[in-house]
Amino acid sequence: MTSVLDVQNLQVSYRSREVRPRPVLSGVSFDLGPGEVLGVLGESGSGKSTLAASVLRLLPPNGHIGSGAVFFEGKNLFQATSEELRQIRGARIALIFQEPSLALHPTIRVGEQVRQVLAAHQSAAKSALNERTREIFAQLFPQDSSRILRSYPHQLSGGQRQRALIAQAIACNPAIVIADEPTAALDPVTQMEILAIFRSLRETLGLAMIFITHNPALLSGFADRILVLYAGQVVEWGPAETVLRAPKHPYTKALFESLPAISVENEKSRKNQLPVIPGNSSPSSLPRKGCSFEPRCPWRMDLCTEFEPALVNLGGTHVVSCFKYKD
Amino acid sequence: MEPVLKVENLVKRYAKRTLVGPPQDFLALDGVSFAVSSRSTLAIVGESGSGKSTLASCIACLEAPTSGNIWFEGRNLAHSAESELRKTRPQIQLIFPDPASSLNSCWSILEIVAEPLALQGKLGRKERELLACSLLERVGLSAEIAARPASGLSGGQRQRLAIARALTLDPKILILDEALSSLDCSTQAQIANLLLELQDTLGMTFLFITHDLTMAAHLADEIAVMSAGRIVEHGPTADVLRNPSHEATRQLLAAVPQLPRSSWPAIQQ
Repeated sequence: MTSVLDVQNLQVSYRSREVRPRPVLSGVSFDLGPGEVLGVLGESGSGKSTLAASVLRLLPPNGHIGSGAVFFEGKNLFQATSEELRQIRGARIALIFQEPSLALHPTIRVGEQVRQVLAAHQSAAKSALNERTREIFAQLFPQDSSRILRSYPHQLSGGQRQRALIAQAIACNPAIVIADEPTAALDPVTQMEILAIFRSLRETLGLAMIFITHNPALLSGFADRILVLYAGQVVEWGPAETVLRAPKHPYTKALFESLPAISVENEKSRKNQLPVIPGNSSPSSLPRKGCSFEPRCPWRMDLCTEFEPALVNLGGTHVVSCFKYKD
Repeated sequence: MEPVLKVENLVKRYAKRTLVGPPQDFLALDGVSFAVSSRSTLAIVGESGSGKSTLASCIACLEAPTSGNIWFEGRNLAHSAESELRKTRPQIQLIFPDPASSLNSCWSILEIVAEPLALQGKLGRKERELLACSLLERVGLSAEIAARPASGLSGGQRQRLAIARALTLDPKILILDEALSSLDCSTQAQIANLLLELQDTLGMTFLFITHDLTMAAHLADEIAVMSAGRIVEHGPTADVLRNPSHEATRQLLAAVPQLPRSSWPAIQQ
């Protein structure tokens, strides 16, 4: 099976006053199959948003791609011309951000904003574009789609704004949608509705997705594979159910264990201290050499302070970057 | 035992004026009643728009309710004069959802924590600084960073700072309005631990307003579910989770994303 996206050894840093700025992403490699949902699990400082921006070469001016390649449908995006990139961004690979109110223009009706995306990438008659816009809104807003189409963003709820953003993203039938914390600003019921929309789009359009989140519970029953990012590196990557049920990397394990859960058995642990991961992953607290997670790792060994662990294959497609596991 | 806070039939109506047509009333709170015991945590959960933040703002005396009573320390806050409220507000502190916009990032960390004390004017500068530094340590921030600007702090550190600032006036009640929602999962766990520890040692009462039912289930003794400005269900946490009686509660429970922890049976829904 050929992948639709193949990221190889991505290294990205932000230029700063430091002589040797720390890379924000280092040695990141993964691939995405057609129609696959990849859950990228990462907290603040893990480099997850930089990953999304790097794929489409949307880094800020001080962002610097040190090395690596991103192959999309066989073409290396890092060698693409501006015109080639323009044809891919928004049309073949779409990006959905966390804050719909920042991504939508406040004084343009949402229907028009979707029509503009179509017009930018398709040379069709105005009536055809309008018809296509109506179709997309009918798909995402089964009730009330014509009213929503004519609304301004401020007239819509948070969930409706996010659906409008999704409408923009799928307008040109992209091969991949990259969604960066798309449900973070929403309440749980709306969150579930948005996830259901993504599931149904995947079925009807064969869409591949990179779903970036800091909440592992959202990926359960949704992602096919999960990639765990810590301090800019891939620490674990494998089938979603495997990673969620039996995580192998100490960071992944510690993260899952620190999360409270609603369950009958958990009633006894209500109002008890949660087993948190001590410390934090801020750039100043990361070690200069060895494994990035070592200072916070309950299973650290002397080896971990000296060398960076390589990815070890645990069988099937599950890999982990930790000296605890040998090849 | 007397509850530390008792809310009776609280109503809050906003008049929405438009350029054309008559003003339309929006009923944010439609007769809310509940009581909270001392040293306990009441979680108020509900979807967006259910009235949770309006409730927080009325109890913190930032807005006056349209009608109803808020009993605190023998006083009815809903009918108190501004001079009385000024004395009461320090005792009920509010922590906001967005750590980035609720703290002035140009100020130093010390200035932010000590500001309430400076405004109160009871302590001298040296005493204020000492108290502020001890509170920083109390919330897990090092007093060494006191002179730094708040702009360099992470989300979790900012919320710790907001909590330290809230503690300067020795409040009885802390209202946490979606205070953990913008934080990473692992940071939420750290702040949750801090809150539990503060409740244990300082005997504080918490109103934990959130749409995160999982964290509410972990931190709260009782859960009240809000829908369209009303409390539709209220009881001990275990009871509400095990036998939800209202559709709004069932919907919220059904929407909770959960890790597939095979050893932990799910709550009956």
